[in-house]
Amino acid sequence: MSTPLATAPSPAARPWRQLLIIWALLLTVPLWLPLLGGYTAMAGRVLVFALAAMSFNMLLGFTGVMSFGHAAYFGLGAYGAGLCLKFVAASTPLAMLAGTLLGGIAGTLFGLLLVRRRGVYFAMVTIAFGQVCFYIAYKWDDLTGGYDGLRGFARAPIDLGFATLDIANNGTLFYFFILLVFGLAVGLQALVLGSPFGRTLLAIRENERRARFLGLPVERHIWLSFSISCFFTALAGSLYALLNNFADPLGLNYIMSGNIVMITVMGGMRTFWGPLVGAVLFVMLQDYVSSMTTNWMFFVGMTFVLVVLFFPRGLMGMLKRKAEA
Amino acid sequence: MLQLVLFNLTNGLIVGAFYVLMALGLSLIINLSNVVNFAHGNFLAIGGYLAFTLTPYLGFWGALLVSPFLTAIFGYIIEKLLIRHVYARNHIYSLLLTFGLGFILQDACRFIWGPSPLPLGIPDILSLPITADLFFITWYRVFMVVVVIVAVAGLFAFLRYTRVGMRIRAGTLDLDTVSALGVNVAALRSYNFAVGSFLAGLAGVLAAGQIGLNPNMGDDLIMPSFIAIIVGGVGSLTGTLLGGLLIGVASALTTVVYPAGAEAVIYIIMALVLLIRPRGLLGEEGMLT
Repeated sequence: MSTPLATAPSPAARPWRQLLIIWALLLTVPLWLPLLGGYTAMAGRVLVFALAAMSFNMLLGFTGVMSFGHAAYFGLGAYGAGLCLKFVAASTPLAMLAGTLLGGIAGTLFGLLLVRRRGVYFAMVTIAFGQVCFYIAYKWDDLTGGYDGLRGFARAPIDLGFATLDIANNGTLFYFFILLVFGLAVGLQALVLGSPFGRTLLAIRENERRARFLGLPVERHIWLSFSISCFFTALAGSLYALLNNFADPLGLNYIMSGNIVMITVMGGMRTFWGPLVGAVLFVMLQDYVSSMTTNWMFFVGMTFVLVVLFFPRGLMGMLKRKAEA
Repeated sequence: MLQLVLFNLTNGLIVGAFYVLMALGLSLIINLSNVVNFAHGNFLAIGGYLAFTLTPYLGFWGALLVSPFLTAIFGYIIEKLLIRHVYARNHIYSLLLTFGLGFILQDACRFIWGPSPLPLGIPDILSLPITADLFFITWYRVFMVVVVIVAVAGLFAFLRYTRVGMRIRAGTLDLDTVSALGVNVAALRSYNFAVGSFLAGLAGVLAAGQIGLNPNMGDDLIMPSFIAIIVGGVGSLTGTLLGGLLIGVASALTTVVYPAGAEAVIYIIMALVLLIRPRGLLGEEGMLT
């Protein structure tokens, strides 16, 4: 009876080891990535997608509610940051704040209309809301640049008072800036998920009806979870605009939403770090696919189908299962 | 002005009829199997392209009759091969699966029939306008509406009077009981998917005659079809029918006064419905989950 408990590594030990490996790898990216033929901007892209997918996973993996429209908040974050840099002030932190607020508030408002829906219908309504944002960005040429996307802005160096971080020109420094934001954001996410509120979300995921019997305000919790998830996703979007100095209407499209879901599932949707691993795989795939001129859709579609049919747990999910077995 | 309104109204009815055909198929599959078929627009494209290939041999009329059946068979095979594996899983997998499938089918159409748009020839008589005053209404437009009406009537008759149809309706309400009564639910879902694909294929042939063929011709129809289902009400096919017509006509009439808002009005209707009547126009309360 007590044997499996005794032989299993103590639950606390493994996360620490995992954390150590992840952060050691992330902090040393500029040292080892060029050796593998990568470039630092690629690592930045991994972090941005990872943050978006981890934010999305708060909803999918830890609340059990699926949105298929998170591109909207990602894209709004990007446009918010871009518009702020272009028209308001050349300040990177302000741009990030603007993007995060734009996407987050939009998500919070949409969330109000969403919370009474469940399952595929929740997903359908999120897709539709996502397309609303896409159409607005697409049609409002004067402001957003329409189909060509929003150009004509650039991330600005950050003035700390005693020193200036030249993230505009120094790619490695910018990577560490993204890593810092990423670290703070996922740290905050871990705190939220570890809090009593986060545990309640798990309870809703596992058995919504029972959670309701216990007197939990299920709708309000789902709404909050959705809102928090959207704020973080928008933050990732604002970083994406800074990374590319460009905001793309296709970043708002449901295809982008599909990519966010894919990253999460590929990495492992019931695990905290899964989406980060998924983002690594996704960026590698993207890099490979971008060299294809034809039939890339077939290739991407095939990946989706194969992952769903044969690796539904994702990479981290499989590792976790193996460790538990 | 009257002509402009009339023009847009007929346009709206036709576009709405397409939304209805698409949305009814989607709705059937959602109701029984809880799968949102993202690739539904690609089934439409396949229906259209099959008609293009068949027309030289069978003529337009033959292709119109045969192509939807071939699309249905194709849907049946896809359901057996892929979709049925995800019924028991989290809904996210069915979304991802059909999403990926859509990509594959779109590229397959591009590979087989080429990336450039193709025309589907329609009989000369159908391309004539009905009168000189109403020059913008060709017989083909009338014909499309008639076919859609016949198809919808046929679908409702099928669901009401045939054994499979009755089982589909029963399964929509309570699949467990239907299964316990000895109905082969797996087969039922396959048939149901085939019926949905049939409607998409039919819509594809009709659309191809009007706007021609291209590999992503279904993409513009999929989102309004989702909205038709949401507006009409979950679990209600009549609601889907109403929802499709409503958003089609509303968006066309908006074109008269404010062309840029044609797309937006669809989403505004959806938001209003969600706000005022979350279960949709004809949705049942219990169907929310």
